Amino acid sequence: MTEHSINVQALRRAPAPRVSAEGAALVADSLSLHYDGSAAPALDRIDLAIPRQRVTAFIGPSGCGKSSLLRCFNRMNDLIEGCRISGRIRLDGEDIHDPAVDVASLRRRVGMVFQAPNPFPKTVFENVAYGLRIQGINRKRVLDETVEKALRAAALWDEVKDRLDDSALALSGGQQQRLVIARTIAVEPEVLLLDEPASSLDPISTLRIEELIYELKTRYTIVIVTHNMQQAARVSDMTAFMYMGRLVEFGETDTLFTNPEQRQTEDYITGRYG
Amino acid sequence: MQSDSHRQHISGQFNAELEAVRNHLLEMGGRVEAAVARAVETLLTRDSGEAEAVIAADQEVNAMEVRIDEECSRILARRQPAASDLRLVIAVAKVTTDLERVGDEATKIARQAITLSEQAPARSGSPEVRRIGKHVGAMLRSALDAFARQDVAMAVNVVVDDEGVDSEYHSAMRSLVTFMMEDPRNIGPILNELWALRALERIGDHAANIAEQVIYLARGLDVRHMEPAELRAYMQEEPGQPSPGDAAP
Repeated sequence: MTEHSINVQALRRAPAPRVSAEGAALVADSLSLHYDGSAAPALDRIDLAIPRQRVTAFIGPSGCGKSSLLRCFNRMNDLIEGCRISGRIRLDGEDIHDPAVDVASLRRRVGMVFQAPNPFPKTVFENVAYGLRIQGINRKRVLDETVEKALRAAALWDEVKDRLDDSALALSGGQQQRLVIARTIAVEPEVLLLDEPASSLDPISTLRIEELIYELKTRYTIVIVTHNMQQAARVSDMTAFMYMGRLVEFGETDTLFTNPEQRQTEDYITGRYG
Repeated sequence: MQSDSHRQHISGQFNAELEAVRNHLLEMGGRVEAAVARAVETLLTRDSGEAEAVIAADQEVNAMEVRIDEECSRILARRQPAASDLRLVIAVAKVTTDLERVGDEATKIARQAITLSEQAPARSGSPEVRRIGKHVGAMLRSALDAFARQDVAMAVNVVVDDEGVDSEYHSAMRSLVTFMMEDPRNIGPILNELWALRALERIGDHAANIAEQVIYLARGLDVRHMEPAELRAYMQEEPGQPSPGDAAP
């Protein structure tokens, strides 16, 4: 037994890792969010540092604030009437609410994919080229190259390379969702926000999206909101559990799903919540 | 974390499955514990008929191991348990393996009893087997009680206690070797006793393994290769936890 003797300290349950703000892509400081007409805050003093080039999942019951938090990261909540935000969000150290920040360029740096695939009623090619054209890039060779690169990165190229001029609406749901991801990454964002990206897809398409997320994290910081806890366990490196607008627990996914610190997290992930 | 929390699952069926696998494990533990006590008794009384019965009964223990493992696989596949539920399923799967081996050790003791029943008793009583048998039986019972109650302090005591069994085993071996040297006619029967003692010592190890799984189950902490002294010190340091010394042995 002696030869196996190991350091007791090493066996101690590590405190929840606090990702240092320096190493983080996105940092929320005491972030609160109120919607008009609601007494309780939708987000209540959230402190969170999202690590670069890893996948961070937000889980929690409906109404816990996970989608509200996700939408804060590219200021999608700006579009909602009567939505007040306090606290700070920094992207690479820069306050995203700074008046000098251009929201359009913020949203290019922080791309978002929604629950239901929303391709434009255009061709496959034009969907992916859309963001580039908005930026004024119209040279055919550049567009061709970028579109192919984005479609390859989204693991869709082989399926659509002969159908680039077909309508995007003719693709299957899973293909449409990967097309939307290709459209988002064509403009080279730093962060990808995924809001329930696979919830309207069948299991095989879901696995393709999950595989894609795994590949994309080598280049992008990914934040995913999901109702599917097994999906969070499969795809994410870090998991945040939210409840009633508060961040209850944030830690390594491996730890959170085998030995969570908080009773509330335990109850939720084991299905005792409610 | 208490076992009664399994009643709070939203899915009543999932609750029932976890409760069932836990109960089946405790039932298997009860059988194995009884097998050890009976095997030791047959050795002390040189009762070959009863020893045959102990050996035959091990078939059912083997079958229970297979059934419980199947239940664990089914829960993993169908429910994808997490956190304490996951740890319960993992711990149950590991503890069944130890229990099955304890059953095997009990049959080894029973076999020695059969051999001894055909030999003239060399000396009365086999006090070493009686003493260590009692000690190991108590450890196994504590390990299973600790599992049923998820009692970490009790489990730590079992792990630490295993050192005591090891040293009792070594001193028994030394005195039995002395008997063999005194009179070569003792060699045959004492060798059989030594085999039985060896089996008891192994049962102590399995009880300690089970206790380690209890700590994993309750705390999510893998203490398998920790020195007993370290483990005790560690558990005493844990804030808000009863120290191992507080629990009745």
